[in-house]
Amino acid sequence: MSTTTTASPNEAKLWGGGKSPFNSEYGKVMMWYFLMSDAFTFGAFLISYGTVRFSTNGWPNSNEVFKSFPFAPEGVNAPLVFVSIMTFILIISSVTMVLAVHAGKNMDKQGVVRNMILTIIGGIAFLSCQAWEWNHLFHEGAWWGANPFLNADGTASTTNFTNFFFTITGFHGFHVFSGVVINIIMLIMTLMDKFEQRGHYLMIEKAGLYWHFVDLVWVFVFTIFYLL
Amino acid sequence: MSHSHTDQEAHNAEAMAEIKKVTIILSVFTIVELILGFWMISLTSEALILAIKGTIVILMMAKAFYIVAYFMHLKHEVKNLIMTIVVPLLLFVWFIGAFLWDGSSFRNLRNNYNPYFKEQATIKVEKKEHGAAKHEAKDAKHEAPAAKHETIGSGHETAKPEVEPYY
Repeated sequence: MSTTTTASPNEAKLWGGGKSPFNSEYGKVMMWYFLMSDAFTFGAFLISYGTVRFSTNGWPNSNEVFKSFPFAPEGVNAPLVFVSIMTFILIISSVTMVLAVHAGKNMDKQGVVRNMILTIIGGIAFLSCQAWEWNHLFHEGAWWGANPFLNADGTASTTNFTNFFFTITGFHGFHVFSGVVINIIMLIMTLMDKFEQRGHYLMIEKAGLYWHFVDLVWVFVFTIFYLL
Repeated sequence: MSHSHTDQEAHNAEAMAEIKKVTIILSVFTIVELILGFWMISLTSEALILAIKGTIVILMMAKAFYIVAYFMHLKHEVKNLIMTIVVPLLLFVWFIGAFLWDGSSFRNLRNNYNPYFKEQATIKVEKKEHGAAKHEAKDAKHEAPAAKHETIGSGHETAKPEVEPYY
């Protein structure tokens, strides 16, 4: 039929067989689909948080709940300060990850090693910050099923606030932890010259996609829990 | 040979410039978000707060776009690959709209038909001094094992808040 000949030369080149029509490696495409499914998981969490918040009359004020800072005296009022440090740690570790991927494309082993180490340090720093914050909130009496905070208007609050906070930041923190483990494995593989032997650093690219996704999710978690 | 080498160098410089640009954009957007967040603390006007929250959401979406498009390199992929990822994510448009609408409708229904739910939003309560009842008992156990029995007993009596939060 005539329709078979209407494909443009470009399309024929892409879908003509013999190469990936996505012009991408199998593992990378699958990483993208995994991240898409993970985005739906996080989306479901955050949207259920939004739904519950919209169906409730009062809600705690995040500026009162998250006002503490490590080593600061008890009762210090520093809203947003600690979480902005956490946010910048994650952004910067994301940048070093891009630089590692970029160095990998140039087969620059030294650059990959240096930037992977910086990324891992950033990830560990973020996890430490989160551990401090969780510990602090726990000692204020907040945990799953326990909410010491009142609503912004002084009425009694439900435990929905703490349940969602610990579940969602915990799930994100677990992703950061997995990312750090993956990055450490990638660093070891780089140091063992695995990628030099393969002739490409595509694994760094895949680990990079995962790490950027973790940063992406934090953009949403940070905005929704601390700013809105 | 030397030609392809300079091509490579030009490509590298371009990629580095892009990374730098996106880093600056992400930092600036985050700083603007934080400034808006600080500004919002002292505000009382509902309409202005809502407008700022809307701006923050737009900045958040812009940051997400820059991370996905440039850091995750999606913008430089083949169009078919972009489409298989972006089109399914459009479900979120329905997802967010439908569920938030449902949540707010549920609140209205409860405020209209459940007097107890409505009353809860008007009764002010005292802020608990330190922690929820469950923690109190646990802390006390750590600090003073001798007084354990007494503390837990009293904890049970005072633990019950006068106004039970309503879900």
